[in-house]
Amino acid sequence: MRRYILHRLWQGAVAVVGALLIVFVAQRLSGDPVALLLPMDATEADFEAMRSALGLDRPLPVQFVVFLRDALLGDFGHSYLWNMPAMDLVLERLPATLELALAGLVFALALAVPLGVLSAVHRGGWIDNAAKLFAMLGQAMPGFWVGLLLIVFVAVQLQWLPAYGRGTVGHLVLPAIALGWYPVAAMTRTLRSAMLDIMQSDYVRMERAIGLPERAIVWRFALRNAAVPLVTLIGVYFANMLGGAFVIEVVFAWPGVGRAVVEAVFARDFPVVQAGVILAAVIFVVVNLIVDLTYGLIDPRIRHE
Amino acid sequence: MNAPLLSVRDLKTHLFLRRGVVKAVDGVSFTLDAQETLGLIGESGSGKTMTGLSLLGLPPKPAGRIVGGSIVLEGRELVGLDEDVLAEEIRGRRIAMISQDPMTSLNPVFSVGEQVAAPLRAHDLAQGREAADLAIHELGRVRVPSARERSGDYPHQFSGGMRQRVVAAMAIACQPRVLIADEPTSALDVTIQVQFMDLLEALQAETGAALLFITHDLGVAASLCHRIAVMYAGRIVETANARTLYGSPAHPYTQGLLDSLPRLGRRRGRLTAIGGAPPDALRLPAGCAFHPRCPHATDRCREAAPPETRLDDGHIVRCWLHEDGS
Ligand SMILES: Nc1ncnc2c1ncn2[C@@H]1O[C@H](COP(=O)(O)OP(=O)(O)OP(=O)(O)O)[C@@H](O)[C@H]1O
Ligand code: SF4
Ligand SMILES: [Mg+2]
Repeated sequence: MRRYILHRLWQGAVAVVGALLIVFVAQRLSGDPVALLLPMDATEADFEAMRSALGLDRPLPVQFVVFLRDALLGDFGHSYLWNMPAMDLVLERLPATLELALAGLVFALALAVPLGVLSAVHRGGWIDNAAKLFAMLGQAMPGFWVGLLLIVFVAVQLQWLPAYGRGTVGHLVLPAIALGWYPVAAMTRTLRSAMLDIMQSDYVRMERAIGLPERAIVWRFALRNAAVPLVTLIGVYFANMLGGAFVIEVVFAWPGVGRAVVEAVFARDFPVVQAGVILAAVIFVVVNLIVDLTYGLIDPRIRHE
Repeated sequence: MNAPLLSVRDLKTHLFLRRGVVKAVDGVSFTLDAQETLGLIGESGSGKTMTGLSLLGLPPKPAGRIVGGSIVLEGRELVGLDEDVLAEEIRGRRIAMISQDPMTSLNPVFSVGEQVAAPLRAHDLAQGREAADLAIHELGRVRVPSARERSGDYPHQFSGGMRQRVVAAMAIACQPRVLIADEPTSALDVTIQVQFMDLLEALQAETGAALLFITHDLGVAASLCHRIAVMYAGRIVETANARTLYGSPAHPYTQGLLDSLPRLGRRRGRLTAIGGAPPDALRLPAGCAFHPRCPHATDRCREAAPPETRLDDGHIVRCWLHEDGS
């Protein structure tokens, strides 16, 4: 397990450096940044001076090493718009994004776990059929569409919950539902098929034969086994929610990283975009590492490998 | 005479499959006294496991159902009992089962200590720390070495033989009166098999439980069982004391089984296996199900199933040859 974790850490480091390289190349390809920084009437001499001040006159590999060093120190340059370090600006928005992603995950699990378990236990019953129908509808409706529907009906017409912004728990509900909507179907399906297999297993038969209550067999002894494949999905979708929540964040005017990056893209505020991309890569690596550690927690066979 | 501890009469458990109905258990009758070991012997598919599961009220869902007969344990009828009552008062508590394959019968993500403690907690015999301590005690009882240190270990950290002991500890934790052992050693190495059989014998002596020992190995049964019941196509065709059964088998199927056993003094490689194939479970022959393979079959055998005939000394046989004690 320790070797495995070290291996995954190493893979994560490679992934982050890869992301840095892509950002670096994209930056060089996207045109001369000096042109954005200097006034329209700047002379060629002004350009030269600015280039050497920024180190842009040095060979590309040297520039990359400098870029890497700065990146490791968390320095991605200053936002053109807000006159603050780009990474600080992005990190400031991170708690809001985390909050929303966690709430989305809780929503998804709160729906998927009972649905998945009950549709396996009552295979072919009404819960199973309802879950299937729900999954079909769910897959057909993208999250932002669900978000817009929620805004129109729950926020505007019924006026039950606020339509946008962050603050109270009430503000969190609708964007969390919109964000957690999509994974529900896949999580339910995965859990259902895992539970179907497990409930046929010899150890469940043994647990029945010694008189354990069916409730405990399903929700404790079987579910912990089924959690292993579920955790994989949780990792994938949670990373997506953290890194890819920008649509929902824009729809609900949620002040998270995703919206900051989208705004930066429109404003051509490249340092902020870069910081956002790198942060997403780091988050992805961290979430995967947490997933790996969770496997070990749930399944002793993985822990002891 | 005292009433037997367990009395099974005309038990029928059928499996309703899309392809048809499998009469896995089709009129099984036997009794079991306290402290007695009864061997249940038969070819693969004869319904041994299904008989054991039926005693627990656990025919495989959703196809299996007990469709008739009675199971009386300590004067109480078990057929038709509510599912919750069976779980709370019978399974694990009065009747327990050691299953066939130790490699798959333990839950991989719970420690063995937790798994042995689970029935104690479920049947409210102990809670918390006390249940954990009792579980360690049970692991010691089945001779798991360093039980205390190992109770926190997980199934994959144990060998097959040790896992089977853990399964046994789960089964005996709540002091059941009837222990069913379903081919408990078929997945183990020979030396480990012998050890486990010795353990079963010792446990039975310690707990005074009755043992229903399921096997297809006549040799193993001979060494362990007081009485033996031979099963064929969902029915028990002969029951007798072990000595009687081996010495003077009355049913042609039992005779065939014994003839196919390698014995001292007989040249190896000359086993007389019973001719013909085991019957198709979906289409059992009419009359006596053994008639296509029986050297003594007559027209009567093909038309009607033979009734139970009592020979001397509790020797029961189902075969037309022995009707009216002939
Ligand atoms: N889950 C099931 N679904 C369908 N048929 C089954 C199922 N379990 C058992 N059967 C059938 O029921 C009959 C009796 O099976 P059972 O498992 O009781 O045999 P057995 O005597 O224990 O055999 P073995 O020595 O192979 O364990 C067989 O014909 C078998 O094919
Ligand atoms: S009843 Fe007939 S067919 Fe069946 S075992 Fe006896 S002699 Fe053979
Ligand atoms: Mg069997």
